[in-house]
Amino acid sequence: MAKARVKAPKSVKKGEVFEVKTLISHKMETGLRKNKKTGKKIPRKIINKFSVTYGGKEVFGSDWHPAVSANPYVSFFVKASASGPMKFQWTEDSGAVTEKTVNIKVT
Amino acid sequence: MSVQFNTQNILRRDVLALAGTGVVAVSSIGLFAGDAMADPAAVAKAIKDRIGGKKSMAGNITLELPQIAENGNTVPIAVEVESPMSSSDYVKAVHIYAEGNPAPDVATFRFTPDSGRARVSTRMRMIKSQNIVAVAEMSNGKVHMVKNAVKVTIGGCGG
Repeated sequence: MAKARVKAPKSVKKGEVFEVKTLISHKMETGLRKNKKTGKKIPRKIINKFSVTYGGKEVFGSDWHPAVSANPYVSFFVKASASGPMKFQWTEDSGAVTEKTVNIKVT
Repeated sequence: MSVQFNTQNILRRDVLALAGTGVVAVSSIGLFAGDAMADPAAVAKAIKDRIGGKKSMAGNITLELPQIAENGNTVPIAVEVESPMSSSDYVKAVHIYAEGNPAPDVATFRFTPDSGRARVSTRMRMIKSQNIVAVAEMSNGKVHMVKNAVKVTIGGCGG
């Protein structure tokens, strides 16, 4: 569906709170714009849900509305507990899901 | 990036004029003709639907927004809530609302004690100058709220 990018530190100390930055390419069509030629509304198509799991638990979740900008950027924080995968999921109105996983190394 | 909210000059002029005079009302010409617009009452209702009859308090929550946004298509916004983020005392969720967009809701962000820090940054759309409201729901049931005004000068030069 879309190209996603995630930036997280390669390795973190246990207990450290680190920032994770995410970006996904998506038009985030609001459903309010009109096609200039036909005058018809362009149907809404946005990513309405973004969630992050770490160690199998959701550590960050969000619901998005059309007021979120195109190519949505979100950064947030996570506390390092144990080495393991951090999984990112973006869900579109159509139900399509874009997934990305990064491995967090905790020392 | 394409212009998502509006490209019509007539509305652009409106917004610029408004930014100059500080008038809050906007005429309904442009792309959103005939569409319902959110207003402070719609935001108040959305917040009430979300938190019920709980009273919201000021403080402990910071909303970082530019005073003047040159491009309403992508305005950086960050919300930080003061909290120990322990298993017994943490921020459950932060909701963002816009008083002048076509719809009051912008986004909801959910945190857990594993977040470590209740801060989130993103980018949002603003069709015109307006107030942005952030509401934080704490694990102990308390609610904190903050409101900031942003002037939008779509495509302008920061005037």
